[in-house]
Amino acid sequence: MKKTVLNQVHRDLGARMVEFGGWDMPVQYTGVIAEHLAVRSAAGLFDVSHMGEFEVSGPDAFAFLQYASINDLSVLVDGQVQYSALCYPDGGIVDDITLYRFAAEKYMLCVNAANIDKDFAWLQSLAAQKNGNFQLTNRSADYAQLALQGPTAAVILSSLTSADLLSLKTYHFCTADVAGLSMLISRTGYTGEDGFELYCQPKDAESLWQKLMEQGTPYGLVPVGLGARDTLRLEKAYALYGHELSAEVLPLEARLGWITKLEKSDFCGRSALLKAKSGGIRRQLIGLRLTQPGVPREQYVVRLAGRDVGVVTSGTMSPSSRQGIALALVDTNVAASDESFSIVIRGREVSAEKVKLPFV
Amino acid sequence: MDFPEELKYTEEHEWVLLEGDLVSIGITDFAQDQLGDVVFVELPEVGDRVELGKAFGVVESVKAVSDIYAPLAGEVVEVNTELPDAPEMINTSPYEDGWMIRIKPDDPSELEELMDASDYQDFVEEE
Repeated sequence: MKKTVLNQVHRDLGARMVEFGGWDMPVQYTGVIAEHLAVRSAAGLFDVSHMGEFEVSGPDAFAFLQYASINDLSVLVDGQVQYSALCYPDGGIVDDITLYRFAAEKYMLCVNAANIDKDFAWLQSLAAQKNGNFQLTNRSADYAQLALQGPTAAVILSSLTSADLLSLKTYHFCTADVAGLSMLISRTGYTGEDGFELYCQPKDAESLWQKLMEQGTPYGLVPVGLGARDTLRLEKAYALYGHELSAEVLPLEARLGWITKLEKSDFCGRSALLKAKSGGIRRQLIGLRLTQPGVPREQYVVRLAGRDVGVVTSGTMSPSSRQGIALALVDTNVAASDESFSIVIRGREVSAEKVKLPFV
Repeated sequence: MDFPEELKYTEEHEWVLLEGDLVSIGITDFAQDQLGDVVFVELPEVGDRVELGKAFGVVESVKAVSDIYAPLAGEVVEVNTELPDAPEMINTSPYEDGWMIRIKPDDPSELEELMDASDYQDFVEEE
């Protein structure tokens, strides 16, 4: 099992460790609900060093990434971040990514931990087909990453850096020193709160963690594990690869139409997606909230009027609302139905209503 | 981690307390700690029968679903009705407020098959 450079820090904090995508990661420190609520009300610190980073640079880097990803890079300026995805030729999803533009000829991709090797091999195979003048480098081992998330994140970080955080807008990044350590400060995250993802050198990660905790504790900062990371993203209806997204799911089915720029120049998967769109998208991801007690879980069957219409892709008890919430992939012809759905939990149908996303 | 002396324990991490001719059942401190925040409990109704080794209820945490198994056979005579609305009591007070059901056992001698506190503590340390 792979370990991040902060592995011992988590163990010293008494974290419960679990295997996640081949990594030994903290699932919780004190408890999922307390950690979740701390991020919503104050701040949380996450070790997300398991995420992967690839660099693409050179005169043809732009053209290559414009072909490899589904969003439109042409709208980006230096220092901007874009949420995007990589698709196979049949439109299925290789991975969802965040793409960083350093300069017209230099980009970074942040990819899911469990997909690092797969994504890199995929991009290499595309690069071999494209034959352009650019370099593709797996920089995952060169970066540790901490996520500082929550309403007090900006106050905490501003006390440790001279970077102008006031003018650093959401989905933008800069290079700056934090606690005397050089890093990338990205105003992004996976919680739905204001916050930052800090990309630093692995050797600096422990020092950065301790400095942030020291400065942040008076502002309610607590360490947060993967358990709350999952409930936080689910309340905001953010997709998770392997659950909402996979090689068998089209971005147009998974509420990612807004990043699927079919009108831009050709990209991998475009013709399949255009065809799917003209033929009608078969499934849609919707949000369901239980109207009776219960906890929906992945793979539970969704029914409408006694008929199986889809499956839950992610479900939990929302720590904010204390209700069962689920994202579910259902047949398009029922996705807009106003009727009451149900989710089958241990053989029993539990009523659920379709709700507008995000859940909170 | 708490292992009260007066209780008996199962390998599935239920605790059992004999009081007169009735038996109270819940899940252990170790079990609630392993589960994490408990958010949902499903229990039988008064009058239901529970069978030795068979699941009689479910406890769910944020991350996991876990069956609760009957340590002995009998009839349910009381259910902790406060638990469905406050399942976190299983975390905060597994041996008291977090009790689940009381049964009238068919054969109280089935209790002798269960572990005492020190055996259970050894069992948990090996887990």
